Amino acid sequence: MKRLLKGGRVVDPASGVDGRFDVLIDGDRIAQVGRDLPVSLAEGGDVLELGARLVVCPGFIDMHVHLREPGQEHKETVATGVLSAVAGGFTAVACMPNTKPVNDNAGVTQLILQKAREANLARVYPIGAVSRGQKGAELADIAELREAGCVAVTDDGLPIATAILARRALEYTSMFGMPVIEHCEDQSLKGDGVAHEGPVAASLGLRGIPGVAEAITAGRDILLAEMTGGQVHIAHMSAWTTLEAVRQGKGRGVRVTAEVCPHHFTLTDDLLAAPIPYDTNAKMNPPLREERDRQAMIDGIVDGSVDVIATDHAPHHYDEKNVEFDRAPFGIVGLETAVPICLDRLVRAGLIRLPRLVELLSVNPARILKVPGGTLAPGSVADITVLAPDLPVTIDRDTLRSKSKNTPYHGWTFTGGVAATLVAGRVVFSSPEAGWPTRRA
Amino acid sequence: MDVPVAATALRQRNLLGIADLSPGEIVLVLDTAEAMKEVGRRAIKKVPTLRGRTVVNLFFEPSTRTRTSFEIAEKRLSADTLNVAIGTSSVVKGETLVDTAMNIEAMSPSMIVLRHASSGACHLLARICKAAIINAGDGMHEHPTQALLDAFTIRERKGRIGGLKVAIVGDLLHSRVLRSNLLLLTKLGAEVWVCGPATLIPPGLDRLGVRVTTRVDEAVEGADVVMMLRIQLERMEGGYFPSLREYFTTFGMTDARLGRAKPDVIIMHPGPINRGVEIASEVADGPYSVILDQVSNGVAVRMAVLYLLAGGADDETVA
Amino acid sequence: MDADRIARALTRIAHEIIERNHGVSGVALVGVRSRGVPLARRIAATLASVSGEEVPTGALDITLYRDDLMRAAIGPQPVVRKTEIPFSIDNRTIVLVDDVLYTGRTTRAALDALIDFGRPKAIQLVVLVDRGHRELPIKADYVGRNVPTSRRESVQVRLQELDGVDDVTVEAGE
Repeated sequence: MKRLLKGGRVVDPASGVDGRFDVLIDGDRIAQVGRDLPVSLAEGGDVLELGARLVVCPGFIDMHVHLREPGQEHKETVATGVLSAVAGGFTAVACMPNTKPVNDNAGVTQLILQKAREANLARVYPIGAVSRGQKGAELADIAELREAGCVAVTDDGLPIATAILARRALEYTSMFGMPVIEHCEDQSLKGDGVAHEGPVAASLGLRGIPGVAEAITAGRDILLAEMTGGQVHIAHMSAWTTLEAVRQGKGRGVRVTAEVCPHHFTLTDDLLAAPIPYDTNAKMNPPLREERDRQAMIDGIVDGSVDVIATDHAPHHYDEKNVEFDRAPFGIVGLETAVPICLDRLVRAGLIRLPRLVELLSVNPARILKVPGGTLAPGSVADITVLAPDLPVTIDRDTLRSKSKNTPYHGWTFTGGVAATLVAGRVVFSSPEAGWPTRRA
Repeated sequence: MDVPVAATALRQRNLLGIADLSPGEIVLVLDTAEAMKEVGRRAIKKVPTLRGRTVVNLFFEPSTRTRTSFEIAEKRLSADTLNVAIGTSSVVKGETLVDTAMNIEAMSPSMIVLRHASSGACHLLARICKAAIINAGDGMHEHPTQALLDAFTIRERKGRIGGLKVAIVGDLLHSRVLRSNLLLLTKLGAEVWVCGPATLIPPGLDRLGVRVTTRVDEAVEGADVVMMLRIQLERMEGGYFPSLREYFTTFGMTDARLGRAKPDVIIMHPGPINRGVEIASEVADGPYSVILDQVSNGVAVRMAVLYLLAGGADDETVA
Repeated sequence: MDADRIARALTRIAHEIIERNHGVSGVALVGVRSRGVPLARRIAATLASVSGEEVPTGALDITLYRDDLMRAAIGPQPVVRKTEIPFSIDNRTIVLVDDVLYTGRTTRAALDALIDFGRPKAIQLVVLVDRGHRELPIKADYVGRNVPTSRRESVQVRLQELDGVDDVTVEAGE
């Protein structure tokens, strides 16, 4: 079946396209992008008049998501996770291996992919464990994981335990061209810390995690990537010192990329003290840091040192979060809040322009993970995110599609939202309020 | 410096920390505590004020001193008291703090006095309980009634707090007594010096309005008040300093060190003291020590807090 | 009442105290905070000048004994002030001094409080103004002036020591 998206602003930086164009979809592929394509091209299919206010982009890919299945289905399942993803404008997600059991073998990978096929919404790319059981001792069966469908490896939730294991992982994955994704955190410096080490933690009496705990591991892995020629991707970067390490690595030509989460460029540890003191929805790992770090993340996004914006979507049940701060699990949901935050705080704020945002959310994740998408060039998959940059969006935890509601953004209003999400040419999410046409033209 | 005028009421229905109190509210508590202290000197040390009110002392950490002090304060105000300690509660069976609190709440107490090992535990309770919450020490965060009794003791001895040099020496990282005291003392205009091993100074402390030093002589020099913090021996296994002996020789308060302070210096300690670790016995038992005054003043200050919070003053009713 | 009438009333009361107690030995004055305290001091001064003996004088704060505490669901607590009775009340005749006698509830609280300090030989009551409308079986022994009022009115006593002026006025309620 054919579908013609008429009249929107098409932003496809991979093809150098930014302007009013029509996009013709044929089946699950992009057929053509051009000015004033004749309606007759979509003979027998849909013609959708989008209007100039909607923006058509290659589908957004969130390369850092915890879907919790198998093992913690009370927090999230693959089905609820992908529902949340498409509602948030993501056509694909890469899911972390810290499930129960850990995704360190083909059986778990296949289960996740089976659940994803059943849900049939966003694409799901499993990420395998670096070490068996994420125990940090011996390498998992990485070739088997790759064969089963994993696109990268990580021990996320924890750093790769030792330098020698990180070295072996970088060497071994380089055979398959897979990236090693690193959760950077020196465990001895983190200790039993629960918040960013600084004046806020000092006054609230919370054990601190210094920013340097992140930078030390990042520095280690960047040096090892340089030595081995492997590809390392720094997950959820939060500290200015880590950004410095990434910049230096890139400057020397190391194969290092880095991602930042929306909360780390919008929030600081002040949120721990007010408006809700000790709010466990402000507890994540890495922790919300201080203004200098937040500003550094913005700088990295603006100057290109940051490659990717990912959410680190980490659903937790209400009961698990409704406890003492130091007993609460780390993490917040992010799939349905990321696009409004980015459109408002980055694009609308004038820090970056839309094509750069598309690089961060689509082009670069596709490139790093070597997965389809990231462009609207003819012949590529018809994974499309349609944005409504003028749409006022108020975050309401009670209407989130995710099974968990642990967001610090409840009640916040942003300008910019998602009008529709198309995966393989199929509309899997649409919002008439955002201006998505309700009837065929 | 001007002495703050006492407020006429507390604005909040809970006492979670000194951070929430204005200087006027602190003075109100201290003034009220003076009236309460007089009750303790009477033949019959009991007033009918809180008759029919139930106060639950919910202690998730062992504490003899604070719990008994609260209990005496409650009894002197004629409240019905109920002690729930961790060893006998259902927490050991895996019940969450929220569930424990809801169960206690179902018995309609007027106030809950909470001691808990997690910073912010009292804030969690305050969000879910109708009873007023009094923080009797939460993790490494605050211990407001300790700071109030310390301030009461200082004011009783020195007649004022504003303008005094107060040196606080010890474990600055884990101490909730430190946090409450530095908030209170700076709010009332004291010049606060804090001193401890560099490994026990949380980064960012210098941004809280105090002078930070690792040289104990500098902290004590010309001090009106020297406050020693307890070294929690069980926490020091993390290797914050090499040995207790080295700690004592570097930071322990001795008569020689105290010689640098003002001649009428008072020496304080929240207790329980580790003799020969943070403080020499001759100092703890010496003429400058007001450590036992602190203990007896604790009852009066806690009576004042219980009284002032019993009315349930709310943000809405006090503009 | 103006300053002159207040002074004369207090002087008369001082003489009545001496007459009734056959002198001032064994007598102590306790003023009820706030305005009972300066009144007690003035009476004590008169007693001293007439009898040549110092009469022990204290101050009593009855807040912790009020029967209306904790009744209102929500509201700021009344400010508690210090009670200062620096003498034993055992076997003394305690003359309690207050500014206005109205429902009798303050006096009830004061009696309860005094009993907690010991066992006086007797307690007598001085009030500057008795405005009627008793709710408890309480009667003053010495009265500066009986002022018939309605419940809607309020009686304001102002004293030099606290208010900068001596007078008693009756104000219409709202």
